[in-house]
Amino acid sequence: MLTKRIIACLDVDAGRVVKGTQFLDLRDAGDPAALAAAHSKAGADEVVLLDITATHEKRNTLLETVRRTARELFVPFTVGGGVRTLDDASAIFDAGADKISINSAAIADAALITCIAERFGSQAVIVAIDAKRNGADSKAGSEAGFQAFVSGGRVATGRDAIAWAKEAEDRGAGEILLTSMDRDGTGVGFDCDLTRVIAQAVRIPVIASGGAGGAEHFVQVFREGAADAALAASIFHFGLSSISELKKHLQVAGIPVRLPC
Amino acid sequence: MIAIVDFRAGNLTSVKKAFDHLGAETVVTSDPTEAAKADKIVLPGVGHFGATKALDDSGLRDVILESIERGIPFLGICVGMQWMLASSEEAPEISGLALWPGECSRFPAAVKSPHVGWNSLQIRNGSRLLQGVPSGSFVYFTHSYRVPLLTATSAECEYGGGFSAAVEQENMFGVQFHPEKSGTVGLAILKNFCNL
Repeated sequence: MLTKRIIACLDVDAGRVVKGTQFLDLRDAGDPAALAAAHSKAGADEVVLLDITATHEKRNTLLETVRRTARELFVPFTVGGGVRTLDDASAIFDAGADKISINSAAIADAALITCIAERFGSQAVIVAIDAKRNGADSKAGSEAGFQAFVSGGRVATGRDAIAWAKEAEDRGAGEILLTSMDRDGTGVGFDCDLTRVIAQAVRIPVIASGGAGGAEHFVQVFREGAADAALAASIFHFGLSSISELKKHLQVAGIPVRLPC
Repeated sequence: MIAIVDFRAGNLTSVKKAFDHLGAETVVTSDPTEAAKADKIVLPGVGHFGATKALDDSGLRDVILESIERGIPFLGICVGMQWMLASSEEAPEISGLALWPGECSRFPAAVKSPHVGWNSLQIRNGSRLLQGVPSGSFVYFTHSYRVPLLTATSAECEYGGGFSAAVEQENMFGVQFHPEKSGTVGLAILKNFCNL
């Protein structure tokens, strides 16, 4: 049976992980390579490395970080942040990534999705969508729809998130990484309404992100949100010691997960 | 020396890295002469079945067939395994190696496609490639087309019906999943291949 994936996300700035670093048994908890290996060992189904600065001068640092992280990582490895061109993507794949995640650059030029997918395959292209509920009513069940944002959520695009997800699929995206900006960092749970409408609108897998505050939120997003995967940036903030513990909770709740890891 | 055949379809870094980790000597090549000298051949492949046309154009197809006839162990991964069949709905004009009869088909509309993620293997007895891997083990898949169940099927997977997750006959091996991305289970499978 196809299992629901738990994806560990590392936010990296200038080669260092900047949050979610509470691995007590690591000598250097800010080292992406060490953290990625630890997450994989603890049962992460995939690892995402998000370069949160992605400035030009730090690009080479990023590639070196990707290379070191990929070397001993034998689960799927995605790199996102600052990918603007096919050349950017190629360099990241050469460094050992299996997938790249693109957001702003895809909104600016949707042909980039097709361009990377044709060269490396759709399975290697994740389109990240940062979505926010329209209007002041940000309560669950709002019918006002969702808008896509770029530049780390600072810039509204005027694009309907559902229509954009469908277009991304049509243009060759292999997966959608969907972040609820309303929920991100709140710990009140994933936006299951948002996740479900997108998951039902496309035939490619949807990875839910933003708002997790406890293991029960993962159960909800898989059950009510119809998510195929969920991203956890700082699992240790949830009072859980590891992804393995989260997966045991999911299994007890009847969600299919990969165990033993 | 294991030749990892590069036919410009996707990224071979991960496959090479996994063999490096196991201490195997590998060469990534698109040169038929070099591939012909290898003790073992691996054909990774991601993306479109139509990309295998490059194997015909470059002469690699003939080298692979001759090597298989000489008893050289051959492992096709993902599209590399699909190419071991006669054909695929994805690119009906392209002929596969036809080591086994049959056609790769798209997943039914009832399930999401591509099939992405970790799914379990139902292993049939006697597989050399999957030796020591418990039935029910999880491996990582990402594909939109699937190989039907064959007499050569060594592991079955369930997604919108049963399909071949692995095939094996004599020195011919294929895996639909990505052993290089399937954690310790995947590395054990690659190690079995190295030890053949």
